[in-house]
Amino acid sequence: MVCLPLDAGAHKFRHMADRRLREFGCEQNLLSRPDGSASFVQGDTTVVVGIYGPAEVKVSKESYDRATLEVILKPKVGLPGVAERSREQFIRETCEAALLTALHPRTSIVLILQVIHDDGSLLSCCLNSACMAAMDAGLNMRCLFCGVTCAIDLDGNIILDPTAKQEKESRAVLTFAIDSVERQVMMSSTKGAFTTAEFHQSIAICQKAAESIFQFYRDSVGRRYSKS
Amino acid sequence: MLRRPQRASKLHQRVMNTNSLTQAPWHQTTVEPLEYHRKFLKENCRPDGRELGEFRTTTLNIGSITTADGSALVKLGNTTIICGIKGELAAPPADAPDKGYIVPNVDLPPLCSSRFRPGPPGEQAQAASQFIADVIENSEMLQREDLCIEKGKLSWVLYCDIICLDYDGNILDACIIALLASMKNVQLPEVHVNEQTGLAEVNMKKKRHLNIVKHPVAASFAVFDNSILIVDPTSDEENLSTGFITVVIDEEEKLCTVHKPGGTPLSNEKLQDCINRAITRNKEVCKLLNKVMKSMKAK
Repeated sequence: MVCLPLDAGAHKFRHMADRRLREFGCEQNLLSRPDGSASFVQGDTTVVVGIYGPAEVKVSKESYDRATLEVILKPKVGLPGVAERSREQFIRETCEAALLTALHPRTSIVLILQVIHDDGSLLSCCLNSACMAAMDAGLNMRCLFCGVTCAIDLDGNIILDPTAKQEKESRAVLTFAIDSVERQVMMSSTKGAFTTAEFHQSIAICQKAAESIFQFYRDSVGRRYSKS
Repeated sequence: MLRRPQRASKLHQRVMNTNSLTQAPWHQTTVEPLEYHRKFLKENCRPDGRELGEFRTTTLNIGSITTADGSALVKLGNTTIICGIKGELAAPPADAPDKGYIVPNVDLPPLCSSRFRPGPPGEQAQAASQFIADVIENSEMLQREDLCIEKGKLSWVLYCDIICLDYDGNILDACIIALLASMKNVQLPEVHVNEQTGLAEVNMKKKRHLNIVKHPVAASFAVFDNSILIVDPTSDEENLSTGFITVVIDEEEKLCTVHKPGGTPLSNEKLQDCINRAITRNKEVCKLLNKVMKSMKAK
């Protein structure tokens, strides 16, 4: 597993380090059966996504003017519960806004996310891997999106991309999905109480961090297609 | 049996409502619903006569279920939500021996709308339950320590059953009001653990209210045509809109939840508009709540 080089020695730079994303990486097209797949690693948090579609749809779920998007989130252990259902809703509605589902009416697009390891910022990792997988599947999108999580600790410091431990110790955890066109908030999911000022500050920090993720998307796609 | 005048007037109201709906040419509402709504929004109003930032009439009835420990019925226009809270005794959780449990559950039965089918709860119902649980935890409306009777041995479990009777959009706001009002209505009997026998003794004669320290109130918005924000959407408006956002805020203007499950991206200014509207909504609802509580005491 990739290690954060900053954690190795420089503890006095911790605050600076906390305003940065953990090391992240991605592998696309790692599964052979799905139409698109990706695994996204953020620190130790890892999610694998497979996309099937546009494919046949159940009559009960068919919509006449657009593709039906189904999102299935599998936890690392055990059966999916209410928390997973809620996350699925977040991921599905974000993808629905980004994907041009109107191009494939009366079909279904199925997105399956498998959590490999959860070390904080899980929802943002799910969103990033979903976006990479959608790119791999070659689905038409009106914009890209990325997920960024930040935590507000007891002293009011904002920590970017928190680990599970940092999330537990903090007062509030906020996750945003940022779109690639206008850099605005597509999705927002929050835990804990916070002030309006802290909310806007968090958005600003996440928007800034989103830049590096979008640059990463661009670089990885560029690298992939320049080789072949 | 003679029909009571109250019921008759309600029936009359229903008829009036359906009449006003049929007044709009059917081809507009059925064939081109989006165009129909756009025409209104262009004039800064909505098909039911509201302004963009106006909530529907909120009615609140507290203590509607006498068999529950606390209950409330909320109407937001046609949307009707009933909440009942029942207290039970159980051993406290192993990881927090000085706390009790609060278990919210939102039920969207087929009765309330044709969009729900019988069977296990659907995604919307489960997501709503999770949302309510998050709001309870984030807002810290009551200290979970208050529900503990004896550390590590006995504590209260509050089952908050929220049932939608009529679905006409914006159930989250109505659910939060119903939950808050019924929490304020809960009266739990005094319980002692008998040291000799180790059994719980319930004194039904002595009852006390819960200590509700925060009053979170939700305000929901729908995004129309990727740009126009409308508050408190009806079911029709929900179907046509491109995004939702629910802001939950307490009376100290602290945000408890900013719930935006995808949809159209919103600018920071728009988000701030939502927060400002939520602040005034909190005042409106708290005022209504106090008024109803006062009228109950007067009886």
